[in-house]
Amino acid sequence: MENPVMLAAGILGTTGASLKRAARSGAGCVVTKSVGPEPRDGHKGPVVVEVEGGLLNAMGLPNPSYRNFQEEIDFAKKGGSPVVASIFGSNPEEFSTVAEGLDADGFELNLSCPHAERYGAEIGCEACNVEEITRAVKKSVGAGVPVWVKLTPNVADITSLGQAAERGGADAVVAINTLRAMAIDVESGRPILGNRFGGLSGPAIKPIAVKCVFDLASAIEIPVIGVGGISTWEDALEMIMAGAEGVQVGTALTGGYGVFASITEGISSYLERKRITLSEVRGIARRFS
Amino acid sequence: MKPINAVIERVREETPTVRTFFFDPALDPVPGQYLMVWVRGADEIPMSFSYPNGITVQRVGDATEALFSLGEGDSIGIRGPLGNGFSLIGDSILLIGGGLGGAPLSLLGEVAKDQGIDVTALVGYRCCEDVLFKERFEKMGELVITTDDGSLGTCGRTSAGLSCLDLEDFDQIYLCGPEPMMWDVIQKCKGFEEKIQASINRYMKCGMGICGSCCLDPDGFRVCIEGPVIKADRLLESEFGRYRRGPSGSKEHYGR
Repeated sequence: MENPVMLAAGILGTTGASLKRAARSGAGCVVTKSVGPEPRDGHKGPVVVEVEGGLLNAMGLPNPSYRNFQEEIDFAKKGGSPVVASIFGSNPEEFSTVAEGLDADGFELNLSCPHAERYGAEIGCEACNVEEITRAVKKSVGAGVPVWVKLTPNVADITSLGQAAERGGADAVVAINTLRAMAIDVESGRPILGNRFGGLSGPAIKPIAVKCVFDLASAIEIPVIGVGGISTWEDALEMIMAGAEGVQVGTALTGGYGVFASITEGISSYLERKRITLSEVRGIARRFS
Repeated sequence: MKPINAVIERVREETPTVRTFFFDPALDPVPGQYLMVWVRGADEIPMSFSYPNGITVQRVGDATEALFSLGEGDSIGIRGPLGNGFSLIGDSILLIGGGLGGAPLSLLGEVAKDQGIDVTALVGYRCCEDVLFKERFEKMGELVITTDDGSLGTCGRTSAGLSCLDLEDFDQIYLCGPEPMMWDVIQKCKGFEEKIQASINRYMKCGMGICGSCCLDPDGFRVCIEGPVIKADRLLESEFGRYRRGPSGSKEHYGR
């Protein structure tokens, strides 16, 4: 992938049109909204709340199911960037069914959504599940199709999940998904999100993501894709210096589609000014271990 | 922003299924902008402003049902004003509304009238019991009413009232109503699409342009922040009138 700045899963990824627009705006790769075995409407609102340092969301994995999603992927491809399908299920069989039912440039396994019963982090917090599901999907889609595993930070040691993904045959891991969090309405004492709790994203979680990427890059051989709170080219470089092969941008899209161009242009001028290449910068922080 | 607390000061029954809720504090919306209304314990839903401190709501589902159970002194959470509203252009404007679509248009008409702009309104309803904001529209200027059953005004769809008007007389046309009605009006205003600003409805969840549930095909226009007002010539190049997406993101086709 020439351009390492991608659109993260769950952001503007419901329709082929919005994915195409992200690609045309400079995303080097786009990841779809997570697609599962059956249609889901998602949680009742509020599904997103702005909080200090970011956003809290509990969308609840709304999706039209893999049966109704291929046309979105096909349309998204017109944007000219690879289209990775984010998929979820509650067990290896469901994951395989969804993967086999879609034709995409790659798959990202959502083993990390923190707010949907039976899915995401509920199963992805156990290393054995991560390994088994990764192996099952890898077997289903064949060696030629990249399979990435998106990991949850809501565990004591994320590297054990990364190692499990690697053992299962993953081509890369993506870190991190949102952190479990909550906001309460002081007028009523009621949690604001319809689901009561959700996942925190945005600038507040960036230092956590940087540390997770740093640790994962040291613990596994397969590439790590960094995500969590990236809004500027400096943020992206920080993640790459921690060892990330590429980065994904999500919450920063609240500032518009221009974020992709501003990050890639910022990185290019930096590399020019320092007269170095991206691969020379990658993982540079680990020299100071 | 987090939802702010707003106290319901007054509830006015407009029709058997429509009520206007006046709340405090008032916000400062551009007509056509909307707010997200959190009915605690039920859902958060987008609503157009019918007044700077008011929303006019039809009882259609769980969230509006829950809202209808609230009265004076109860409170809701609100965030807004959100999105891009109507922009006032010219000295003479036409408002075309269908049913509850008259809500944002009546606010627009009042603001326009205050600025010395000539306002004409064409508003369609199913029947005379559904008539909404008749006095508000009458105070602005000429009013043409249509009803599907002919119980008031011209009999027929909203577009039937176009025969009473010369579209050349207006610098800008503002449209809001159910999608099939808006589609019908746009079809009957051939050649005038460039001067029609329409406020459209899509499944809006986040209200900040990131969840993607309200995006229009084929160019990914984010209705919640780039809309809900969009020009008709652009609508004609979109999915509008053919299908929309439901809460899961699946397409729901209009039978047309």
